Amino acid sequence: MFVEGLRAYGLIAGMWVRSGMTYRTSFVFTVFGNLLMTGLDFVGILLMFTQVDSLGGWSLPEIAMLYGLSVTSFGIADMLLGSMDVLGARMRDGSFDVLLVRPVPVLAQVGADRFALRRLGRVAQGAVVLGWALSSVDVEWTAVKVLLVPVMVLSGAAIFSAVFVAGAAFQIFAQDAAEVQNAFTYGGTTLLQYPPTVFGKDLVRGATFMLPLAFVNWVPAAHILDRPYPIGLPGWASFASPLVAVGCCALAGLAWRTGLRSYRSTGS
Amino acid sequence: MGSARLYLSVAVGGFRRYASYRAATAAGVFTNTVFGLILVYTYLALWDERPGLGGYDQAQAVTYVWLGQCLYATLAIQGGGAEKELMERIRTGEVAVDLYRPVDLQLWWLAGDVGRAAFQLLGRGLVPFLFGSLFFTMALPTEAAAWLAFAVTLVLAAVVSFAIRYLAALCVFWLMDGMGIGQVLMITGVFFSGMVLPLNVFPGTLGEVVRVLPWAAQIQVPADVLMGETDPSAAFAFQAAWAVALLAAGRLLQSVATRRVVVQGG
Repeated sequence: MFVEGLRAYGLIAGMWVRSGMTYRTSFVFTVFGNLLMTGLDFVGILLMFTQVDSLGGWSLPEIAMLYGLSVTSFGIADMLLGSMDVLGARMRDGSFDVLLVRPVPVLAQVGADRFALRRLGRVAQGAVVLGWALSSVDVEWTAVKVLLVPVMVLSGAAIFSAVFVAGAAFQIFAQDAAEVQNAFTYGGTTLLQYPPTVFGKDLVRGATFMLPLAFVNWVPAAHILDRPYPIGLPGWASFASPLVAVGCCALAGLAWRTGLRSYRSTGS
Repeated sequence: MGSARLYLSVAVGGFRRYASYRAATAAGVFTNTVFGLILVYTYLALWDERPGLGGYDQAQAVTYVWLGQCLYATLAIQGGGAEKELMERIRTGEVAVDLYRPVDLQLWWLAGDVGRAAFQLLGRGLVPFLFGSLFFTMALPTEAAAWLAFAVTLVLAAVVSFAIRYLAALCVFWLMDGMGIGQVLMITGVFFSGMVLPLNVFPGTLGEVVRVLPWAAQIQVPADVLMGETDPSAAFAFQAAWAVALLAAGRLLQSVATRRVVVQGG
């Protein structure tokens, strides 16, 4: 079932990539546009640092590390599942029903729907900032810390993917309110671009325990940078990101199933 | 007189059309409130580090954030107003029908977009702004004259915003597809309007340049008028000058487009 789903995802995504590549110049332009657009947030941070030397007690390379981790992992999730916001529209016009009768997992079809390789722009931009940040932060690198970086990116991508899937499940219940999920996806990645010390403790608690976005970068990065996390967490929490990611994905999968079961088609 | 009524009814139509998407509006209110919250804390940290940055105190910086969230959809800062539909109509060739109507093309779309903006302000912008004023200390004026000046500056901001997007939409007559120009509109809108950071915080020459570009008329100028940081008449003059210049450019481009360009479609 799982392998079959992945295969179907690959086939559908490949189809969309081929169709996108038909207009090569347009593709190059949209990748570049994507890169520029997602980079604006970082330009904002750079502009802030023309006026100050630290924000919430964190230096520019440290914030750039948070930014790079947040954007890279969000970018991967966005590339894999980001087209899911067309789900509400698909339900309204009835074309969602077509996906239900095909002998392929619905999630794979919905995830690969309008797969856009131009979204690589965000991943690339995040990776560049992350690379610069890692080479310029003042850290005594150990094997564990080095290993933690790819673990963060992958766990982060999984956590954001779970948010996308949960958002898709939500759309089944509230089709017109698709924008609510932007608050958690785009809002989430924006939140994580800044150090936790900037925000109120309640917000940090919410982002740690309720919607555990903090495990994308805040908590593990606090370990790498040797910074105390604003709310007390045990030391092993810095390594819990993969577990949190698995938990999030399981819950999101459950939400998706529940949503799919209660789906009622439009029309008469 | 008759034509004024016509454009008024087009504006009312624009208002009512957007008012019919209730769930989407509620979702937008929620999203703008969440983004406002995130931004408020980052701005507070920034102003904590540098009190008085850009001539604002903390309460003013907070006001700027919530005003930005309030005007984000109202002024279609990243696009998505009338120009999106116009681009699509140019792409499909349906614009030919618009050109046949015994009305002025630019005023027709302006009226519809102003109606949309009015709804987005009341339906989508007001709640995050009130939320901000309830939970944070904001620098809001108490005298009616300041609010009146703010209302005037908002109308002018809506016209400038439309004029920029109308120019972009007309480009589709030559480009055939609105995707690229839509992206340009988004990037320039978000950056030069001061959504990323207030324009008065931008350093050096960059700051001097962005503060005289037309996008400054959208959030920075209304914010400064509201908080009494600028002389209202100078602000009105700045916005009106850009509105007239951009609308005139739009007319010029429109006449070139309709004369030289072949409408798409068989």
